[in-house]
Amino acid sequence: MILTQEKIWKLQETANNIRVSIIESLIEAKSGHTAGPLGMADIFTLFYFHILKHNPQNPSWAERDRLVLSNGHICPVLYATMAHSGYFPVEELKTLRKFGSRLQGHPHREYLPYIENSSGPLGSGLSQAVGMALADRIDNGANTSRYIYCFLGDGELDEGNNWEAMMLAGKNKLRNLIAVVDRNNIQIDGFTENIMPLEPIVDKWRAFGWHVIEVSGHDFQALNEAVEEAQAVYEKPSVIIAHTIPGKGVKEFERDFRWHGTPPGSGPEDKIKKDKQGEVALAELRTLGGQIISEHQ
Amino acid sequence: MLNPELKLNSKLFNPDVEQSPIRKGFGQGLLAAGELDKNVVGLCSDLTESTQMNLFAEKFPERFIEIGIAEQNLAAVASGMAAMGKIPFISSYAMFSPGRNWEQIRTTICYNDRPVKIAGSHAGVSVGPDGGTHQAIEDIAITRVIPNMRVISPCDAIEAKKATLAIAKTKFPSYLRLVREKTPVITTDETPYEAGKAQIYWMPDIGLAQVGIVATGALLYKALLAAKELEAEGIKVKVMNLSSIKPIDTEALIILAKETKAVVTVEEHQIAGGMGSAVSEVLAQNFPVPIEFIGVHDKFGQSGTPEELIEHYGMGKDSIKEAVKKVLKRKI
Repeated sequence: MILTQEKIWKLQETANNIRVSIIESLIEAKSGHTAGPLGMADIFTLFYFHILKHNPQNPSWAERDRLVLSNGHICPVLYATMAHSGYFPVEELKTLRKFGSRLQGHPHREYLPYIENSSGPLGSGLSQAVGMALADRIDNGANTSRYIYCFLGDGELDEGNNWEAMMLAGKNKLRNLIAVVDRNNIQIDGFTENIMPLEPIVDKWRAFGWHVIEVSGHDFQALNEAVEEAQAVYEKPSVIIAHTIPGKGVKEFERDFRWHGTPPGSGPEDKIKKDKQGEVALAELRTLGGQIISEHQ
Repeated sequence: MLNPELKLNSKLFNPDVEQSPIRKGFGQGLLAAGELDKNVVGLCSDLTESTQMNLFAEKFPERFIEIGIAEQNLAAVASGMAAMGKIPFISSYAMFSPGRNWEQIRTTICYNDRPVKIAGSHAGVSVGPDGGTHQAIEDIAITRVIPNMRVISPCDAIEAKKATLAIAKTKFPSYLRLVREKTPVITTDETPYEAGKAQIYWMPDIGLAQVGIVATGALLYKALLAAKELEAEGIKVKVMNLSSIKPIDTEALIILAKETKAVVTVEEHQIAGGMGSAVSEVLAQNFPVPIEFIGVHDKFGQSGTPEELIEHYGMGKDSIKEAVKKVLKRKI
């Protein structure tokens, strides 16, 4: 679908609002993941506000596309994006990780039925998306107009289950399946290439029978073109390797793996003292790193 | 005597009693379920004939997915298909599914509450010569502990067929425990089957029973043989088929315990965490009575014939009789 410059500006603003909500909910929760959600905010925004066939007023609409989130720990961005697109009130984001909340620490569809899958334990989201794509093809044939998307982290590619799913999708030439890998190069213990090297990541997916597209995870135009290209591939499943900056939007958090599983207020103190981390992050996001000086600009 | 109301196999105690593998009943049941509902799909991990899913796969190739030797993928792909309205049956050896893929079953099937049906073939030591690696004797424990899951261990091929048809119609994640070798056919097509209900297969001709034997799976046959011999020795017992381990028929168990005040449980599984544990959870809370447990005592299996292994691990007819006599002495 065509993406005008005007729409891109709008998406950028929405993504920034989503980042603000992520930080606000993490401050309230006092635990949770910061780097991944901030890094994936642009991709979530593009999908929920431009690509996905969905209806927040009728979440169980049968004709909807499916979005499977495999790395459930980045759910603050899922919840914030869903709230901003109208699934539930933005105010509810402040209940993240609290007792009785629909917004569980890792997503659970018994609590929040609007999501397609519960997740948290890594490595099995792609399999579920493959199952959905297979089922849709049984019902609607190879020319089905529905797409099954799966977002997964790069670190979770350490899990063997993913490679089982990749083989099966390649074997069955699932053109209705599009995976998006959050290639942010970090995981809890450090950089992916130190923990368990993933490179050559493009060659690996390609060898398993996938069409591979590499793109910046923060360039709306390029991302949109990547999705259009993936949708047009007829003989194979596609994967978009989206290069993202973990912690994107708050420069003190960016590219620092220590922010993987820490909320503002509990993070590393060499750049910002703990008690100022939330405040600084929100100030930076609200002014877009100094690019805007008032709320109205 | 055999419970006349249940129309059990009248030739049950003949030396040439008909034998059939329980897994075959699953294969026939899945085929029938597939004919009844086009949403039934089959997924298998390179054991299509071994688990008897081949009957379904040949009839409905467009609804059959060969996953390859990848049981984690098997479970999670099935969850995805169920999310789209399918009723997936997955099959492999019990050791690999629900063994290898337990976490995928917990998270993607049960936590997600998706109606995936897990058929675990080759359960128990009676797998025989393949040895301990392939003998699942922990599977009841690891499945019944997961919320939302149903656990069924049919006593013969006919009950397996009925159970397969029944679970295809429910929205619950379910585990169906199957064994490889031919075992005696205990029931008939006319035997009533109600999901979740226990049934009394053997009862005294007159008067109350002194001991209740609760059995699950093919070992029910050994329990019936024991009951017949005990009757000749003047010991009156009732034998219950507890094929539905979860949900468990609490009411029937309490009635049995109130009558007999002594219970023996019989299963081809570790004693820890299995059907006997489930029975004692019910009785300890509702009507405590002495219980003896027939099953594997914290050991792995090994190679041998099914008969040799059943005897070696103390699960044969004579072991059941001894347990009945022991629990009789413990009665207060």
